[in-house]
Amino acid sequence: MTDRSVRDVELGLLLDAIYLRYHHDFRSYAQASLKRRVGSALLHFKCETVSRLQERVLGEPKLFTELLRFLTVQVSDMFRDPLYYRTLRESVVPYLETYASVKIWAAGCSTGEEAYSLAIVLYEEGLLDRALIYATDINPESLRSAEEGVYQTERITKFTENYRLAGGRASFGDYYSAAYGGAVLDRRLKKAIVFSDHSLATDSVFAEMQLVSCRNVLIYFDKTLQERALGVLGDSLCRKGFLGLGSKETLRFSQHAAEFTELVPGARIYQKI
Amino acid sequence: MSDIEVIVIGGSAGALDALLTIVPALPEQVSCPIVIVLHLPPGQANLVPGILARICARAVYEAEDKAPLVDHTIYVAAPNYHLLIERNRALSLSIDEPVQLSRPAIDVLFESAADAYGPGVAGLVLSGANQDGAQGLWQIQQAGGVAIVQAPATASCPIMPEAAMRRVGPAAHVVRLEDIGTFLTKLVCAKSRGGA
Repeated sequence: MTDRSVRDVELGLLLDAIYLRYHHDFRSYAQASLKRRVGSALLHFKCETVSRLQERVLGEPKLFTELLRFLTVQVSDMFRDPLYYRTLRESVVPYLETYASVKIWAAGCSTGEEAYSLAIVLYEEGLLDRALIYATDINPESLRSAEEGVYQTERITKFTENYRLAGGRASFGDYYSAAYGGAVLDRRLKKAIVFSDHSLATDSVFAEMQLVSCRNVLIYFDKTLQERALGVLGDSLCRKGFLGLGSKETLRFSQHAAEFTELVPGARIYQKI
Repeated sequence: MSDIEVIVIGGSAGALDALLTIVPALPEQVSCPIVIVLHLPPGQANLVPGILARICARAVYEAEDKAPLVDHTIYVAAPNYHLLIERNRALSLSIDEPVQLSRPAIDVLFESAADAYGPGVAGLVLSGANQDGAQGLWQIQQAGGVAIVQAPATASCPIMPEAAMRRVGPAAHVVRLEDIGTFLTKLVCAKSRGGA
């Protein structure tokens, strides 16, 4: 057996151990980037081999909490890909306005940047008072951080620029105040967001939405898991509801492609047929 | 000897100029997919696929997640995403942290290519102003693949090729820019005959 095959066996055993012990399922994640993240974790935990990491993670729940950060946390900017938010504002909001109550799901919300960006768009379009945003993730630490809504001051410049490019109607400065050595987002925004644990790998539909925004999450899944996740996301949508993906994610290679039409080419916003 | 199944190319400053020389010089017999990471500023439209499409007969795409690699096709990494190749010969993307201050990073593509294809990879490091690619090229070489470096004297920015040469050592093929097309052609065709 080659070294490469032995390392694959070790990785498989680590993912099995994590699943059996902690019920987090990384077994169908895209392998190439997962291997890199496990490699970084090995350095951080000073483990010589993946087998050593596996042994420790089984015995040390605290280590797992930290390992989860290596396996999941992706930092995103507020209004990342301004075209996406501009398209939501121009083409999706008019549809949302026809509903008495608006339900939106930010799936894989990580530390909350996307959920707050959506809340700002809804606020400026006069929809926030009748909207509910479910923001879900599998990492409890990320969810806590998302719920706090405090971001490092040096990130605000980027957020502000994105907000402007995304067609923001006011000044981004209206939505945060400086405190705790960072920028604290406005309470008005938080009130409309419910943060909750949900796994696209193991959980199912929990409510009916008009918009599901799941950006740069599917890229971490392998083909099989991606299909499962797209099934859950699609089933969560009402008829004619919208699915927003990351700017380099596409339904083109998916078996679910025929269930959607692309609303605006390039913006990666799809409408359920 | 096994066939070259994929060519992976990385570069930053001066690398687009180099590609304008290399890509048109590749004949149709060089049929394997070509995957390219160039360091580009995030947040701007990626003009590279359009430019390359104009100078060669191959299909050229900006890389999309889960796209299966197809022969006679060039894939260019999208700004602000890492680009990787999976074992099933499809592309995948990630927004993991920048590596060597870069996203996309050449090291990330090269490492995944080495893991996916083993000896079936030819890796090429072009002109550039930092050390990204050196580690990845070494991994390609360690996995039995072919490590190629643009000769620093022919690179507008020699830092990246020099770093790759230092990391890989004497196993690196150092090739002058004007000869890289011919080198790749011989490599791919020679290996195909050897494997047949």
